[in-house]
Amino acid sequence: MRIEINERPVEATQGETLLTAIRRAGVRVPTLCHMEGLPPTGACRLCVVEVEGQRGLIPSCSYPVYEGMKVRTHSPRAVRARHTIVELLLSNHPDDCLYCVRNGTCELRKLAEELGVHQRRFTGLSRASRVDVSGPALTREPSKCVLCGKCVRVCEEVQGVGAIDFIGRGSATKVGPAFDEALNLSSCVLCGQCVMACPTGALHEQSHVKQVLDALRNPEMMVVVQHAPAVSVTLAEAFGLPPGRDVDGKMVAALRRLGFHRVFDTAFSADLTVMEEASELVHRIQSRGTLPMMTSCSPAWIKFVEEFYPGFTGHLSTCKSPQQMLGAILKSHYAESRGLDPAKIYSVAVMPCTAKKFEAGRPEMIHDGVSDIDAVLTTRELAELIRMHGLDLEALPPEKADDPFGGRSSAGKLFGATGGVMEAAVRTAHYLLTGKEMDVLDAVEFRGLEGIKEARVRVGDLELGLAVASGLGNARALLEQIQGGRSDLHFIEVMSCPGGCIAGGGQIIGVDPGAITARMKALYDIDARSAVRVAHRNEGVRTLYDTFLGEPLGEASHRLLHTHYTPRHVIT
Amino acid sequence: MTQAPERPNAPPCWEPPPRPITELASYLSGGNTPPGAVLNERIALLRRERLVRPAIFVGTGTCGLGAGAGRTLQAIRGHLKARHIEADLVEVGCIGLCSDEPLVDVQLPGRTRLSFRAVTEEKAAPLLDGVWAGQVKTPSLVGQFSGDGLDPWPKVPWLHDNPFFAPQTRWVLANCGLVDPSSLDETIARGGYSALHQTLRTLKPAQVCDRVERSGLRGRGGGGFPTGRKWHVARAQAASQKYLICNADEGDPGAFMDRALIEGDPHRLVEGMALAGYAIGASLGYVYIRAEYPLAIRRLAKAVDQARERGFLGRAVLGSAFDFDIRIKQGAGAFVCGEETALMNSIEGRRGMPRPRPPYPAEKGLFGKPTVINNVETLANVPGILLRGDAWFSALGTAGSKGTKVFALSGKVNRTGLVEVAMGTPLRQIVFNVGGGIPEGKAYKAVQIGGPSGGCIPSSQLDIPIDYESLKAVGAMMGSGGLVVMDEGTCMVDVAKFFMDFIQRESCGKCIPCREGTRRMLEVLESITRGRRGEKGADALQRFQGIMALNELAEVIKDSSLCGLGQSAPNPVLSTLRWFRDEYEAHIYDRRCPARVCPQLLSYSINAEACKGCALCLKKCPTDAIMGAPKSPHYIIQDKCIACGTCLTVCKSRAVLVQ
Amino acid sequence: MPTLQVILNEHPHAGRDALIPVLQQVQEAQGFLSRGAITAIGRHLGLPASKVYGVATFYNQFRFQPLGTYHIQVCRGTACHVKGSLGTLESVQRLLAIRPGGTTKDGLFSLETVACLGACGLAPVVCVNGEFFAGMTPEGLRRLLDTFRKRGTAHDPGT
Repeated sequence: MRIEINERPVEATQGETLLTAIRRAGVRVPTLCHMEGLPPTGACRLCVVEVEGQRGLIPSCSYPVYEGMKVRTHSPRAVRARHTIVELLLSNHPDDCLYCVRNGTCELRKLAEELGVHQRRFTGLSRASRVDVSGPALTREPSKCVLCGKCVRVCEEVQGVGAIDFIGRGSATKVGPAFDEALNLSSCVLCGQCVMACPTGALHEQSHVKQVLDALRNPEMMVVVQHAPAVSVTLAEAFGLPPGRDVDGKMVAALRRLGFHRVFDTAFSADLTVMEEASELVHRIQSRGTLPMMTSCSPAWIKFVEEFYPGFTGHLSTCKSPQQMLGAILKSHYAESRGLDPAKIYSVAVMPCTAKKFEAGRPEMIHDGVSDIDAVLTTRELAELIRMHGLDLEALPPEKADDPFGGRSSAGKLFGATGGVMEAAVRTAHYLLTGKEMDVLDAVEFRGLEGIKEARVRVGDLELGLAVASGLGNARALLEQIQGGRSDLHFIEVMSCPGGCIAGGGQIIGVDPGAITARMKALYDIDARSAVRVAHRNEGVRTLYDTFLGEPLGEASHRLLHTHYTPRHVIT
Repeated sequence: MTQAPERPNAPPCWEPPPRPITELASYLSGGNTPPGAVLNERIALLRRERLVRPAIFVGTGTCGLGAGAGRTLQAIRGHLKARHIEADLVEVGCIGLCSDEPLVDVQLPGRTRLSFRAVTEEKAAPLLDGVWAGQVKTPSLVGQFSGDGLDPWPKVPWLHDNPFFAPQTRWVLANCGLVDPSSLDETIARGGYSALHQTLRTLKPAQVCDRVERSGLRGRGGGGFPTGRKWHVARAQAASQKYLICNADEGDPGAFMDRALIEGDPHRLVEGMALAGYAIGASLGYVYIRAEYPLAIRRLAKAVDQARERGFLGRAVLGSAFDFDIRIKQGAGAFVCGEETALMNSIEGRRGMPRPRPPYPAEKGLFGKPTVINNVETLANVPGILLRGDAWFSALGTAGSKGTKVFALSGKVNRTGLVEVAMGTPLRQIVFNVGGGIPEGKAYKAVQIGGPSGGCIPSSQLDIPIDYESLKAVGAMMGSGGLVVMDEGTCMVDVAKFFMDFIQRESCGKCIPCREGTRRMLEVLESITRGRRGEKGADALQRFQGIMALNELAEVIKDSSLCGLGQSAPNPVLSTLRWFRDEYEAHIYDRRCPARVCPQLLSYSINAEACKGCALCLKKCPTDAIMGAPKSPHYIIQDKCIACGTCLTVCKSRAVLVQ
Repeated sequence: MPTLQVILNEHPHAGRDALIPVLQQVQEAQGFLSRGAITAIGRHLGLPASKVYGVATFYNQFRFQPLGTYHIQVCRGTACHVKGSLGTLESVQRLLAIRPGGTTKDGLFSLETVACLGACGLAPVVCVNGEFFAGMTPEGLRRLLDTFRKRGTAHDPGT
């Protein structure tokens, strides 16, 4: 069908919304509450346009196109409405923009600039509210909330958690956990998807930047850092470089210039995880243990099971996550073999994740008062540190990570994307069960952004039922199937964030949705180009087993690399 | 611009109720009565055209009970017992004259029915003793009803000549206050369910929609959308399940039409719903009714049960192929749930926040199914239209507004209550004839119509006829029918502030213009009613900035809000600004409140000649702003006074002056 | 009065549309919605506690504190406002030192405002434990409160 946007003809399809047609026509209409892929709520009213024959202004996000529709996106009336709406939001918004974490990435600030709001016509009474710092990873600042509802929707409709909702009504409406309690008492799993959705500084991570700086300035400390697989393919975007660029070497260089004494690669311990986890799977299958086994590297997923499905903790792999495995090795074997006092090692992890901050603080991860991991920086916090130190990432010459935990196979690197753990584990499980490598290593059936991916894979005499869930909402759906009696699955990979760690809650905010696909492609390109593509051929990992661990699932592994889970009592 | 009121051919207040169609005789309780003398006798008794013993009717609607009707009822029961008098004691709904509650009617065999006002418990026995003795002319006598074949009382005025009732045309309220709402038989005898029986046998659903569309009936809940057209859209949808919802959430402060209608004549609504369900193809109807109306809920639930038992609801309604049942859902108190999509969310167990439209409820509504939502009064009009014809209905009213409209009249007016007038009746007639004008000889200032979405109408516009378009033209709207009268002692800025305070609390909070905009508008109004004493530095500047932007803010809220409530939210300010600009200006420029309502803009002083020096005000003053020696005149220290008005309230010598 | 469990049992396999009726019944039985009740209702209906709380706080009807022995509802409808109900409300607040939604420390009085009681002809109206009091001036109200105070806590809360 044909419609007219700003006096120019535009082709449109029956059933699509006006907003899609407007964007296709190359016109930008701002939105605050719109979420790609979810039904429109029509709450923010910023996308209103003038449509011939309609009395009021029309929200383009929810209005379907019709034949002959005549639209003016920037008529004086529409622009006046948008301008006033932003003025209203600013009228009782805190004025401390210069101190705000989102200074620079704030959508409200950007809107005010775009719409030319330079004068305060309305002075609203500011809403008194407390900053909630109760959570181990996330902070809420309700006074900065514009009530767009995206955090509420992502938490419920995408993640299936529902830790927060609107409370109250009218101008007293706010967003918060049940009973308006602090976040630490709620069922929040700290995945950070709300932070990614939030247009302002109302939701952000608990920063560890200060602790890390303090450690770096402490001459008595040896500060080591590890970086997760998804970080190197994302970091570039924080510096205006196109998505999908792998800056692994430059990032290592930057970390050294920041003062970290050793730079290790979490993909190394991802390989280690594959060894342990594949062995555990084989063991469970052979010993008729609890199946399906479920991956355990996503800490928000672990918290999710402990809270909502405590009966399923036996299904979780006992393997620690790669972050915690490396942390444990560093403070034990590594320290010992180099004659270092574990208490003098400050271990930092750079993660695409907010829940990793929570994971590092779990009591199971602390021994005799020494934490395996001392601080977790999100990708965003690393970018902040790099900027703070005046480093030009693009100009840095690439460097290699340190031995003995700097080398990786590309299987470990795949941990950054949904389906990647599965693919890496299948490659090694095949080898463990048959003694042979797979003919084709690429497991394309587990690649891509689909919510649930399943396949039946032949490994020697066995046919394995494998499933990959991307995002907790999809994981919940799978768990419900199993609770309902489904029994054909052996192994399930779950990543809490839809798309996996490349779309984690600690990643760069405010990028185009296509960036996720580009980051994913970067990971698979690395894998395709890599000489070592299976975890069991990682030389460093082999050496570690030979010199210290012995064999997978052995005594040392059991002590250092495996953990346990406990049901969690929160307000669900 | 005062235009000559369009006078419709107003029919009398009450018409004799229609006779039931003969096929319904078998539905009276006690099985089939053959047509003829026995049946006619039975119907005459039910219509109270014949009585075998005295009947006493007590209005026990919520308003009656609030005025003490429950105790009156007990007193009457005790009196009858003590005197060994055999009489029917009937609880009826509200006839509408709330200011005269408790209302008690007495009818003796062969005589017309008498109506008495303000019959409190202690007055009941003497009153009845008088009636038994034939002495009915007491100060509490209101008048007598007319009745076929009944002897009138000599020299007792007709109720239909009473100034409260004379200008009314009671179609929807025909049975209210007259019948026993718990008696299905009485309803049938007065023509109830005849329309349903006939329609199921003679009309196709599309024809029902046609007739309702031709009648010109428009939604009585506020918007005024043509009912028949809405029905047609839903009827045309192919869906295995459709729903009808009756909106009885009546959230407008100052409105109680739905409550009174359901309390007084619940079967009219049940029949209207069944007819609407048949027309659109719905097999289930919900009544979404305020939980604050427990009596209405009880009476409606009973009526639904009775109708189901008698085969008027449920499978194969009245032996036809049409299935229809009704469920009652209690609202939990949210004004915004009067909005259709918010109401549906509420029934689904969600926060009552409106959804964007399209899709319209008639296409995709409750649980995603085609749904029609009509207001109580709209549905209560349907049986009449189908029984007496669309032409009968459309003959009354104005060009664009047909039939009658029920109003809840309250505020600064002598007679308050429930009123039903023909569309086109001049507003002035309601305030000054039906309502009897302003008490204490004060001057009329405005009537607020349409609740928070409506507007205030000044004296200069009082001659406009009541119809959808005329009200819109003066910046108000029909709304659901609250009419609150205001006199010279009402401050219009304060009224606007009252409504904005209501709206910003009752806004669902979803869309920004309504949530933040109404709050800002309230803050601007608060700033202009705040005294200088409390102001600091930039407050005055902010006050003026806010005033300058008020109009544009109102326009944007109207233009861009999500739902109808948001789009009409600025009306209380816009309409008072339009007609009472001088009052705003007095507040803004002169910092005074001409109606002496806004406390912070008043200054208090003590008239030394009247003050007896009792020191009561001195003791009660919360800020110790009053000084004076005992038994000598006191005075107020202006710098300390916070204008709370306590001294004015406590002074027994009327010595406190307010300016 | 039925217990929470009895009420939940009356709604087997219920979906979300049963939420508001269940909340109403529980409040009717217990006088208010306790945290325990809200989480139990959520579990029964398969809804997160945050959603149950979100719905409950949306509607005026629901309260999260026990009622006082005397539950005072001050009507804030238009007719009542025009006839001075704001002064009535302010004087209750002053006399009892509580705000709407609150309960006095001794548990004797709780206060709430209602949008409209629908008895506009009797304005300004105050309703105490379901009984209407017409034409309530601040002075009349003070006397009314004194009467109740003298009667004391002979009643159970919520009756």
